[in-house]
Amino acid sequence: MSSFEQTVSVTRSASGPEENREVHVEVQDRRAVRAGVSAEPVMAVHNLHVYYGDFLAVREVDLTFGAGAITALIGPSGCGKSTVLRCLNRMNDLVTGARVEGSVTYHGVDIYGPQVDQIEVRRRIGMVFQKPNPFPKSIYDNIAYGPKVTGMKANLDDVVEQALRSAALWDEVKDKLKQNAYGLSGGQQQRLCIARAIATRPDVILMDEPCSALDPIATSKIEDLMLELIKNFSIIIVTHNMQQAARVSDKTAFFTAEVDDKGKRVGRLVEFDDTSKIFRNPADERTEGYIAGRFG
Amino acid sequence: MTADVLSTRALDGGPRRDAASTVFLAALWTCLAVASLFLIFILLTIIVNGAARLDLNLITGVPSTIRPETSGVLPAIMGTLLVIGMTAVIALPLGIAAAIYLEEYADRTRWYNRMIELNIQNLAAVPSIIFGILVLAFVVRSPLNLGAVALSGSIALALLILPVIIISTREALRAVPGEIRDGSLAVGATQLQTVWHQLLPAAVPGIATGSILAISRAIGEAAPLVLIGATSFVTFNPDGPLSRYTVMPVQIFNFATESREEFVALTYATILLLIIILLAMNGLAIFLRNRFQQRW
Repeated sequence: MSSFEQTVSVTRSASGPEENREVHVEVQDRRAVRAGVSAEPVMAVHNLHVYYGDFLAVREVDLTFGAGAITALIGPSGCGKSTVLRCLNRMNDLVTGARVEGSVTYHGVDIYGPQVDQIEVRRRIGMVFQKPNPFPKSIYDNIAYGPKVTGMKANLDDVVEQALRSAALWDEVKDKLKQNAYGLSGGQQQRLCIARAIATRPDVILMDEPCSALDPIATSKIEDLMLELIKNFSIIIVTHNMQQAARVSDKTAFFTAEVDDKGKRVGRLVEFDDTSKIFRNPADERTEGYIAGRFG
Repeated sequence: MTADVLSTRALDGGPRRDAASTVFLAALWTCLAVASLFLIFILLTIIVNGAARLDLNLITGVPSTIRPETSGVLPAIMGTLLVIGMTAVIALPLGIAAAIYLEEYADRTRWYNRMIELNIQNLAAVPSIIFGILVLAFVVRSPLNLGAVALSGSIALALLILPVIIISTREALRAVPGEIRDGSLAVGATQLQTVWHQLLPAAVPGIATGSILAISRAIGEAAPLVLIGATSFVTFNPDGPLSRYTVMPVQIFNFATESREEFVALTYATILLLIIILLAMNGLAIFLRNRFQQRW
């Protein structure tokens, strides 16, 4: 057994079904601190197709995202996982020619419905990006920006402090709130971006490969933070790092790219299940092959 | 051993390569020298002939055919300030707004947006006299019928520099990374808020640099203003947008047609003054660019 498989299997055991969790509770594992996860979905995707112009990028995706859970979207490059993620808060609306078919619901409301304000959608469904993208402003203004532009009636100082505390950044930056955010390290910048997303009080946070630009220590801090955040938020994360998916997520969706009869690559969902099942006993052989590192 | 292999004999390109490099370098130096010498020659000629008359009389006096040795160009200086000030007031808001539309709002797949874009590129290359003809036909005469006043001159110059301002503002906006837009929209900001609070502040150094360079081009323009009636011999300062006026390049044009020796010195001195103003403005543009440039 390779060291990679060992890592995964240890993690899996701890995050597995109840009987396994009991046995492995002494294993040093961040998942072990998790209580049971509510099954109630906060968001759901039904028969989602995404087009860029005439090009079909993703087809037939059905997913439900549990409240207070971490759902991971994994798969090889070009499989459409980021595309699906960006549909969940209508960030794809900003791409010329992007079109969505099917439904994306948030607490049962279709966010692409005619009465829905996409600004309100993005306030309630926050997003953290691949590359830390603080604004070229002070740390304070980075956090205060969201509450200001969305017209939140709250004491900004309190909002900023609360958001920074939730993102486990307060102690590191409390004495330099007026300094430019570009002076922070990459890991701190990413936690600042998480704090910025939290500040508008969303209940879902989308994360698009949030650790891919970070070193292992910064990555580990973000993962700890995610496990802390799901007490109050639901998290949907796209990741290239399978160990990360195994470590933090409750459910995992595996996507792959299929070549259609015209030779075009179309992303589609292969398997969606409990993370422990996906990593230990996947139903589809493509999932198994990807997890075992045979392709992707 | 290894040192032997890497001895000068093994790495030496031989005399032929040396000679080719030297010849090429010499050719480059020659080209540079020809360009520089030409510029230095012009500058020296202007300084030698004009420095003696670059005195207080020049900037406080009015033109006089009776006493050219003590006359000045105050009305032209005031005229230039007035015309250029109004040019900036007209061209900057229009140009920046047009650039924001084209860069942030326009759907590039629409034919009319592509046509506007293409035409702006073309307008930047149109000879300035054409803008003079346009303003003569539509502003100086009917339908606007303003007459040969300072405002007409400003309109001509504003039209002239508008494409340059649009192009440089678009470049400045494009230089703001997409992540900043995404970050702003993802916290629930509207597109207007994103432009106003994030993109424009980040693009200000680039916009300022481009605008100053465009305005310094307008300061040096004589052709369109001669056509639309900037008076060539004015002994009074302009008193408002609808006043008759002259500007420095037109004043120089007028002085240059006088054959008396005193006028020759006066012409050179006025040219020198104009060059000093232009160099100062370009210096300011470089300063702004270096001082406020955001490195992403």
